[in-house]
Amino acid sequence: MNTEHFSNEHMEERLWEYIDGFSNQDDLPVIKKLVEENHTWRRKYNELLEINQLIHTTELEEPSMRFSKNVMEEIGRLHIAPAASSYINHRIIWGIGIFFMVLIVGFLVYGFGQIDWTTSSNTSSLPFNIRNVDYSALFNNTYINVFMMINVVLGLMLIDRVLANKRKKLYPQT
Amino acid sequence: MSTGSTDMEIISRVLKGEQQAYGELVERYKNYVFTLTLRFIKSREDAEEVAQDIFVKVYRSLADFKGTSKFSTWLYTVVYTTSITFLRKKKMEVHSLDDERTYELADSQVSGFSANQVEQKSKITMVNKAINLLSPDDAQVITLFYKAEQNLEEIAKILGLETNTVKVRLHRARARLKEKMQIHFSEEVKDIY
Repeated sequence: MNTEHFSNEHMEERLWEYIDGFSNQDDLPVIKKLVEENHTWRRKYNELLEINQLIHTTELEEPSMRFSKNVMEEIGRLHIAPAASSYINHRIIWGIGIFFMVLIVGFLVYGFGQIDWTTSSNTSSLPFNIRNVDYSALFNNTYINVFMMINVVLGLMLIDRVLANKRKKLYPQT
Repeated sequence: MSTGSTDMEIISRVLKGEQQAYGELVERYKNYVFTLTLRFIKSREDAEEVAQDIFVKVYRSLADFKGTSKFSTWLYTVVYTTSITFLRKKKMEVHSLDDERTYELADSQVSGFSANQVEQKSKITMVNKAINLLSPDDAQVITLFYKAEQNLEEIAKILGLETNTVKVRLHRARARLKEKMQIHFSEEVKDIY
């Protein structure tokens, strides 16, 4: 580690890491040697060490004498909310999941069952040419547009709900 | 800090219906919670009210505490979020370090002590006062690291930051604390520098 061009701030940063015990294995012997042999580093080290000890000895603020009593009186009127996991019925969740899975699988089986696998790949079994379908008529329809808009709004609300729940999980008391 | 029953043992008793056991947790952590709240909310009355509210909130959601982190880390997360929410609701000033008013406030607070009084104050009291002159973020990180026995990873969890960011923030906070002591308490620190 080249110590020649260390700025005062850089020196302090390295010394704080050394004091906190966060120096990496490469820096540790170098800083130790500098503190022992270099007057500037030793002086700065002693200065920071004293500040460190002073911060350690600071006292905590104390609330009023009635603090604990007030808290206990307040909680005397409350009940602990049960953990969310305890009141969620897992059978219902599984039931809903299985219902939708069966529905999807049923539609897929029915759909595949309707396909005539014997026809060659270059001929279409559809009674019309799919490329000639005019989709513009479908998406120009006001009712369809309104329906799509409602779905978009519902989708956004759902995303908002999911994000709010996620935030609640990260910061439970906001 | 923890003498007698561990935090988890007390929590377990509370969850079994022994409500009074919660008083042990309140006694154990009230000074920490109050000090951390006071770092954000400068009014003692408001800070005390918020600190009480924090203990009530924690009690209500105690069943959700999984024990994957230290109880204190979880508690201080509630302190942080509740204090921030309170400040937002009240639209109180969060004194930023870049805000000139912080310096004005610092000056006014220091000028509140007469020269003789300041001389009589111990170095410890001086450091406490210097911490109070810091921005809430700086004061919070110093208090969590030095007084609340939280390591960098735990502080990162409490503040919702990366560990390296906390390391940098702690370093800067100490540099600013040193600066404050040099500016406002030059007499007391002259034998340090």
